[in-house]
Amino acid sequence: MEYEPIIGLEVHAQLLTESKIFCGCSTRFGAAPNSNTCPICLGMPGVLPVLNRTVVEYAIKMALATHCRINRVNSFARKNYFYPDLPKGYQISQYAEPLAEKGHIDIEYDGTRKTIGITRIHMEEDAGKSIHEDDGDYTYVDLNRTGVPLIEIVSEPDMRSPAEGAAYLRRLHEILVYLEICDGNMEEGSFRCDANVSVRPRGTETFGTRAELKNMNSFRNVQLALDYEIERQIDCLESGETVIQETRLWDAQGRVTHSMRGKEEAHDYRYFPEPDLVPVMISDNWINDVKRGLPELPLEKRDRFVREYGIPSYDAGVLTASRALADYFEVVAKVTGQPKTASNWVMGSVLASVKEEKIEVEKIPVSPDALGDMIIAIVDGTISGKIAKDVFDAMWQTGKSPRVIIEEKGLAQIDDTGAVDAVVNEVLIAHPMQLAEYQAGKEKLFGFFVGQVMKRTQGKANPQVVNDILKKKLSEQ
Amino acid sequence: MKITKKEVEYVAHLARLDCSEEEKDIFTSQLNDILGYMDILNTVETAGVEPMNHALSLENILREDEIRESLGAERALANAPDSDGEYFRVTRVID
Amino acid sequence: MSLNELTVHDVHNKLVTGEVTAVEVLEAVYDRIDAVDGTINAYISLMKEGAYEAAEQADRDLSEGRVKPLTGIPVAIKDILSTEGVRTTCGSRMLENFIPPYDATVIRRMKEAGAVLVGKTNMDEFAMGSSNETSYFGVTRNPWDRNRIPGGSSGGSAAAVNANECIAAVGSDTGGSIRQPAAHCGVVGLKPTYGRVSRYGLIAFASSLDQVGPLTKDVEDAAVMMNVLAGHDAADSTSVPHPVPDYRENLSRGIEGWTVGIPREYFIEGIDPEIKAAVDGVIATVESLGAECRDISLPHSRYCVAVYYIIAPAEASSNLARYDGVRYGFRTSGGDTLLDSYKMTRSAGFGAEVKRRIMIGTYSLSAGYYDAYYKKASQVRALIKKDFDDAFRSCDIILTPTTPTPAFRIGEKVDDPLQMYLTDIFTLSINLAGVPALSLPCGYSTDGLPLGVQLIAHHFQEDKLIQAAAAVESHLPLEKKRPGI
Repeated sequence: MEYEPIIGLEVHAQLLTESKIFCGCSTRFGAAPNSNTCPICLGMPGVLPVLNRTVVEYAIKMALATHCRINRVNSFARKNYFYPDLPKGYQISQYAEPLAEKGHIDIEYDGTRKTIGITRIHMEEDAGKSIHEDDGDYTYVDLNRTGVPLIEIVSEPDMRSPAEGAAYLRRLHEILVYLEICDGNMEEGSFRCDANVSVRPRGTETFGTRAELKNMNSFRNVQLALDYEIERQIDCLESGETVIQETRLWDAQGRVTHSMRGKEEAHDYRYFPEPDLVPVMISDNWINDVKRGLPELPLEKRDRFVREYGIPSYDAGVLTASRALADYFEVVAKVTGQPKTASNWVMGSVLASVKEEKIEVEKIPVSPDALGDMIIAIVDGTISGKIAKDVFDAMWQTGKSPRVIIEEKGLAQIDDTGAVDAVVNEVLIAHPMQLAEYQAGKEKLFGFFVGQVMKRTQGKANPQVVNDILKKKLSEQ
Repeated sequence: MKITKKEVEYVAHLARLDCSEEEKDIFTSQLNDILGYMDILNTVETAGVEPMNHALSLENILREDEIRESLGAERALANAPDSDGEYFRVTRVID
Repeated sequence: MSLNELTVHDVHNKLVTGEVTAVEVLEAVYDRIDAVDGTINAYISLMKEGAYEAAEQADRDLSEGRVKPLTGIPVAIKDILSTEGVRTTCGSRMLENFIPPYDATVIRRMKEAGAVLVGKTNMDEFAMGSSNETSYFGVTRNPWDRNRIPGGSSGGSAAAVNANECIAAVGSDTGGSIRQPAAHCGVVGLKPTYGRVSRYGLIAFASSLDQVGPLTKDVEDAAVMMNVLAGHDAADSTSVPHPVPDYRENLSRGIEGWTVGIPREYFIEGIDPEIKAAVDGVIATVESLGAECRDISLPHSRYCVAVYYIIAPAEASSNLARYDGVRYGFRTSGGDTLLDSYKMTRSAGFGAEVKRRIMIGTYSLSAGYYDAYYKKASQVRALIKKDFDDAFRSCDIILTPTTPTPAFRIGEKVDDPLQMYLTDIFTLSINLAGVPALSLPCGYSTDGLPLGVQLIAHHFQEDKLIQAAAAVESHLPLEKKRPGI
């Protein structure tokens, strides 16, 4: 019997606002415990929430980027439960009237595209952090994170494999980062994912019982957890057992999921409308303002690069990994009029240096205009492609322009046939043995002669000119 | 009987309250009286009536995304029944 | 006559002319507290140090001609308002030693207006009660009869005003908690329109119903207090930006030509005859002042107890979830697990009435019951509000008794919560609709207990409320009595 997995993913993304969703405390990660707190986010008696406008704006951005229908009337609700890092004993979230519903995004993997539905996006506040002593009696609570704004993005159960799940996550991640509303850092917890997964016999319609998976802190772990859980559920069903609806935690060390059943009963959250907040009406004007400020999204950009610059889709993929890199490439492409060459240089030398020096793309010391200039110098024959690599390194180190470097280091290509001719003669005279071997039939020594000419000209001889002259002279010998 | 003793126990648990057996009995009886009284609402026709969640018709009360001074950890922890000076401390959560 | 017997406006005048100093007035108030509070138990905490500092500063300000609306006036604060650095208990063991790090907005406004904060007054625990009997800090006694309740939950504030243990006081009202004790203690109590006064720093009971308001010796004082308390607060999303008029301008305008609605549902057969007689007296006065009294109907009035006692406990059950012993407040020792710790802490920290309401609230929000209880109650609430909207199309003010009976005896209703809830029947609808209302002393029972009449206005018409109350107050032939104490 073949089974098919049904996967739905819930992502919580922390929004990059300066201050928290309901109070003015900083959202900065890594502050000393409990130092970014105030009576409001501490849930002290008598405090009240006031909604941060930018949270709504960022949420609208995501809703637009994922083609959701934005609800004109938004309201908040209380989700009631007890936990030491939930100060008020309830989380302010959205229930009946969330920000947005019924959207979709396109994912790509293995060369195919698929559309994954988005059920809803809503705004809510994050809880604090509880640190449980492994071999002790205490739990320690840091409330810095309480009140950091989140959007929860719930997908339709449209994914049919862990690979699709991972592709969806990458996509969502990329969009959030492109929009500059989330830094997408899974390790720091600014991008978190829970999964709902069930299996059913292939070809059937009804969904099986699903399990909720938590505690997957990287894309890789999400995929591993899904792989494991799908296997587990299939094994379950094949041995005649039923899958239980429960929450399971992924154990990254042991690479298994553990049941939380018995330690956590089904929550009755007793949702009701939040009386301390009034509705948020999202007008067409507001939406249009936000729309105007939206950047081109990654998939659109990739498609446009392929179309407009005629570069392969692989290149487009690499170049659009970040907005900054894509912008960089486009300047180079436009300045040079040589998009494929530009792409090679950006994907090659530029990215290699970025990786090696571990810097951000925004901090590349070679401006895209300067790189463009250098490429033009190759195209117009001023330098050879090989020399250009040296020029590039010098540009990176010194920040000087390519023409200045070429001038200062005398790297201009030697095109002068007379000069090359003279060097070729020198080389042939200097290596009579190799000349004799060549004439006897060892044709690959041609490369040796070329190498010697290059050596004598510090690599500056125009390779094409060298080739032509050498060929002519050797045939004359 | 609107609410059974078992439901009273469940509700108490949801609300993180302990009740002695005697209290459970008293609460069950009192809650039944009170909830029974609420039946009067079933006689009111409310089809098509929007629930009233707020006494006002305010909307879009928003604040600018600006940082304001925090209390600082010392003041935040000042009323804590137990802390180590940096964190609030409670009996370990069993997960 | 002792300085503590004066009204806010009298003290203000004497301070401005230099006839008395703020310190002298404050001393008279603390002397009175020493003399009677052992019996009345109106106060939980006194703020002597801060109060004397404020009084001394007031005297300096006065001598330099800097006078603000409440300069030098000793005001008592219901212990439900957060006062920075000063213990705020909410009448509960749960917050017995809680010292807030911030001031409620109304506290800040009063300080900025020069007020001298005397102390924190006793109240029903977490404002849940109508008799001040549920306080962890003991019952407050009615100054008129120490065996009777002063009303609740602002019983401490009402008793303190009437017993001259302060010049004026601030309380809170969720279902009648300012108006009912005002009626039982023979003082003026005003609940503003929902959203008129900031709730930031008001320890929440039922968020969509709570309001802060003044308890005072006369209507003019209530106007002075309202001028200071009312106004928009950016820290409260439910606070309205409407400008605040000078409420004192309405004090002598009279009510000639007004229409006063008398809702028949509040005057059903079986009403206490003494209450009826007193309110009839008010109606006669109102008519003599040139207003017309008209029979109106508020048809959904009878559902107010059921609606209130679903909505208020539901909101309260959520508002009180923060009391878990983690960040502040009471925590039991012992408890092997966190779950135990929560349960033991909350069970020992809260009294029976609070627990009962948390249970009702949790139940009515729980899965399967939300629609039948909370949603249904919210719908009927909309109908109750509509009754008022309709009625105010044809009248300026609505007039009703404040309470169905005079103050009952201590202990008389503690064992029957439903009976206790039913005593709020005249005040609850007002909170549900969000309209403002005021209780004015209008007579005495044959036992000599004060009786109150309730005036109700439409949203944001506190000015009309004050105008009508002032007119009735100055013309009602009410014998000025003093309580025995």
